[in-house]
Amino acid sequence: MSIAELFASEFLMRVVIRALVVGVLVSLCSSILGVSLVLKRYSMIGDGLSHVGFFGLAIAACAGAASTYSMEISIPIVILAAVLILRLSKNEGRMNGDAACAVVSTGAVAVGTLMYNFTGGRSGDICNSLFGSASVVTISDKDMVLSIVLSAVVLGWFLVCRKTIFSVTFDETFAGAAGVNTDVFGIVLAVLTGVTIVVGMKMMGSIMISALIIFPALTAMRLTKSFGTTVGLSAVISVVCFLAGFFTACVFSLQTGAAVVTAELLCFAVVCAVTEIAAKVRIRQRGKQ
Amino acid sequence: MTDNLITAERVTLAFDGHTAAENVNFTLGRGDYLCVIGENGSGKSTLLRAVTGEVKPAGGKLTIAPELRKQGIGYLPQQSKIQRDFPASVREVVVSGCVRRDSFGLFWKRESRERAEEYMKLLKVDMFADKSFGELSGGQRQRVLLARAMCASDTLILLDEPVNGLDPEAAHEMYHAVRMLNEERGCAVMMVSHDVSCALREADHVLSMCRGHSFYGTVEQYAAHERSDEETDERLHEHHHHHDHTHKE
Repeated sequence: MSIAELFASEFLMRVVIRALVVGVLVSLCSSILGVSLVLKRYSMIGDGLSHVGFFGLAIAACAGAASTYSMEISIPIVILAAVLILRLSKNEGRMNGDAACAVVSTGAVAVGTLMYNFTGGRSGDICNSLFGSASVVTISDKDMVLSIVLSAVVLGWFLVCRKTIFSVTFDETFAGAAGVNTDVFGIVLAVLTGVTIVVGMKMMGSIMISALIIFPALTAMRLTKSFGTTVGLSAVISVVCFLAGFFTACVFSLQTGAAVVTAELLCFAVVCAVTEIAAKVRIRQRGKQ
Repeated sequence: MTDNLITAERVTLAFDGHTAAENVNFTLGRGDYLCVIGENGSGKSTLLRAVTGEVKPAGGKLTIAPELRKQGIGYLPQQSKIQRDFPASVREVVVSGCVRRDSFGLFWKRESRERAEEYMKLLKVDMFADKSFGELSGGQRQRVLLARAMCASDTLILLDEPVNGLDPEAAHEMYHAVRMLNEERGCAVMMVSHDVSCALREADHVLSMCRGHSFYGTVEQYAAHERSDEETDERLHEHHHHHDHTHKE
């Protein structure tokens, strides 16, 4: 389908705009939260939560709620899992955080798949929850409203608490000693991440949604040396990559999630190559002087 | 009402279900410089975490002055705990110490920024203010973190092995900086270290947590205590060391 045909139909136009709004806002939220998650070595928590999101969708399918109430069911599940994983990963004793995450995420996928089997779900349903829906038609007005509310909360949190976020992300022990309630910070971060994942999952797929959290932050960290600019740049990279991936997917009828993640991967690879070469050139020039 | 910042009475500390230290007694007054010494696993770091409130003592009574609970404590973590690849300028790191008194809003208040500048100058890191924290040498990084700790609290700072992994010159500078903050700014210092000789040279009080029991006293008392311990040891091996001992005396 060409872009001209796509925009010719008013219905399709509405669908595309809805998908664009959800996608751009989810990209924005995930990139902002991602900087703290990556720097706190919590990348795996994002990944674990997205698999729990798959489990949530499976439960919704099992309850017969299908797509209409899937959010109401999966959001509380993911929030609970977020708090649980955070608790487990803080526990320095019996099980380390990495292993705890792996247990929760693989377990959730296994049980979720079985639940799809029990409801007689077709493999297409599983495919859609894992890799994102093949078309953006499934994105509803409710998804759009939720993504607007979510991004308002995430942006508000960042703008009001930037100083606390920096302080806790940089050095949690110090922040705790200085009198910051670091537990509240951890829970807010985990809950917002969980909700972002659920909102973005329908389009991106539960396997790939965590890329939205990790890639922009990693790319931005290569380019700047201060926390504030890293967050800003991460947001810009995330939104630009989303738009690039989204329209490429539209034009060539590709899977949206896969196209967006590939765009982010390319962006990361190019930035890595350029910064490496620039560093080599700088060293050589210094050698000549 | 005493004016002590910290009072520990028969404190027991547990870590991961194991008792790390038992019957720890000490007080830390305003402007004191206390050095906590002991072997690995003697519960020194756990004691610091109990003072910050991160862990609860398993027994006994640990009293922290309410003003510290309210304002916060300046903490300098062990070197290895800080990540090198973190995108942060030196100025960002130092001013983040003001997080308790200036928590909300996008930008730091002028008051916080001035406080950060003051301590960066005092600790001679102001020339690196715009550099990336990860690019600094070990000694420079520790001075930056010391400035951050002072931003958090100029009443009490806790230092966890502050010269670990530093070369002798950087270690000397670090000790010098801490003593300057203690003497000129009147900031109380509680420092964990395994370097006994430096502790005796720098601090005015010593808390020794080795050998299953703790000793607390002034540096002079500690030196006398160690001497009497040695004498007990020597009396046990009198026939070996008797001559040596009398010569020394």
